[in-house]
Amino acid sequence: MSMGDSSTPLGKVRGLGAARSGGGHWLDERLSSVALILLSVWLIASLVLLPDLHQPTVFEWLRSATGAVPMALFVILSFVHGLEGMKVIVDDYVHDEGNRIACNIVLLFAAVGGAAFALFALAKIAFGAAA
Amino acid sequence: MSRNPNRPLSPHLGIWRWGPHMLVSILHRVTGAALTIAGMALLCWWLIAIAAGPDAYATFAKVATSPVGLFVLIGLTWAFFQHSFSGLRHLVMDIGAGFELATNKAMSIATIAGSLVATFALWAYIFGATR
Repeated sequence: MSMGDSSTPLGKVRGLGAARSGGGHWLDERLSSVALILLSVWLIASLVLLPDLHQPTVFEWLRSATGAVPMALFVILSFVHGLEGMKVIVDDYVHDEGNRIACNIVLLFAAVGGAAFALFALAKIAFGAAA
Repeated sequence: MSRNPNRPLSPHLGIWRWGPHMLVSILHRVTGAALTIAGMALLCWWLIAIAAGPDAYATFAKVATSPVGLFVLIGLTWAFFQHSFSGLRHLVMDIGAGFELATNKAMSIATIAGSLVATFALWAYIFGATR
């Protein structure tokens, strides 16, 4: 049984339960949550320890590898975890199959689009000219 | 999804005596959705404003430090701590621990108390440091 296939053989034969990929989604959600705990501690500690939060200070911080790399990971994992969580909410409360698929497509596009904009901004800060 | 009206509905919120675990459970979803939608929108705006330069950052800072902006930021801070502590509780329950009634109730109350204390402490520090 591959990871992500949580159905029992009997359940699969009978067509019972979530016989698709719920197990992998469940595990991914936990793994991203653990990573986000670590990254959140880093983010809050960084913001508190910065001398101020004016643009030049924050810009310089995110130009460094120790600022840009964890922030990129924080952005990616936040969108991954947020998308996984919103999908659970949609799957629970949107019962019509067409609406459910449409909601999940909108969520996916919004998450990927948001992550792309945030990562572009980070790349511009890290690789662009100094302020 | 169509429902057979001859079959009984499963017991729902109305018939249960409310306990802290129920509040924490629904708060986990509400705060998760708020962090994903409002939190990620603000994070993207913040990063894009840093990349765009001091003028764009000044606009962001003006909105973020307005009364409405502070209300949203403090609200999201509380949502973050509530979701994080509640998420830790979920990780504990995922390994099969903490299901005894008294322990479960105590952990639920601890997430609520913890999120309020952490939010108050962080913003007391921020207001103290920026005065």
